[in-house]
Amino acid sequence: MSLAALFFYLFAGVAVASAFMVIASRNPVHSVLFLILTFVNASGLFILIGAEYLAMLLVVVYVGAVAVLFLFVVMMLDVDFVELRQGFLQYLPVGALVGLVFLAELVLVLGSWTFGTGVTGAVASTAAPGVSNAVQIGRVLYTDYIYFFQAAGFILLVAMIGAIVLTLRHKENVKRQSIPVQNARSKATAIDVVKVPSGKGL
Amino acid sequence: MAIGLPHYLTVAAILFTLGTLGIFLNRKNVIVILMSVELILLAVNINFVAFSVFLGNITGQIFALFVLTVAAAEAAIGLAILVVFYRNRGSIAVEDINAMKG
Repeated sequence: MSLAALFFYLFAGVAVASAFMVIASRNPVHSVLFLILTFVNASGLFILIGAEYLAMLLVVVYVGAVAVLFLFVVMMLDVDFVELRQGFLQYLPVGALVGLVFLAELVLVLGSWTFGTGVTGAVASTAAPGVSNAVQIGRVLYTDYIYFFQAAGFILLVAMIGAIVLTLRHKENVKRQSIPVQNARSKATAIDVVKVPSGKGL
Repeated sequence: MAIGLPHYLTVAAILFTLGTLGIFLNRKNVIVILMSVELILLAVNINFVAFSVFLGNITGQIFALFVLTVAAAEAAIGLAILVVFYRNRGSIAVEDINAMKG
């Protein structure tokens, strides 16, 4: 067995096992950590196949941002996760049945499937020899797909604004600084001169 | 036996099945359902990249990049909605999410 095959089975095995633990783990924090492990191994698979740019993107975006977001939400919500696990076994038979049927269908399709004659020739090969993966993606992404790239940026912007607007809340009974009010203060409104009679006090 | 396209497609199929199974099994926990959706999108990305590499066409990787973008946006919005829902109802169980009577 070659080294590449060895690493493929290592990455694929760990990815599948940790994906199983994501859905089977009792503690959602463990689920998130196994999700991170799955993504790291998937990025290992991407490196193995020669898609280095997407592999790095997977590590940065998923492991660095999305998984940490999940981790924060899981840890900040004070939820009784044991109660949420109730009924897990109740859905196990139907879930396992659906999963098995689905997997069998996919394996049947994979087992009997080949490229049609002429398909590999019809798809224009864009792979240029001696050019790295990131350069190849950049050449296409910023020319042919520039509008899609901009649209992706807008989607992220809308998601950011939406997440901020959804979670921002204006608490009552909290003292806040108001600069217009501060600037509008004059000597008449800020100072109260009290005439104190001598010998009496206030 | 050399590692070819079917190997990668098989891994993606198993991950996809595990994702759907996760949605079925964790019927009460929205967070795990969101994580299962991420697993499904990862499986789709593996398919895209595998076909892209084995056909020698870079377009599949471009599409995988856009799928990644949408998945990140979806996770952010979904978790924000989850936090707001938890503030209002004090629970994230799926059966409690019935305010819209859908």
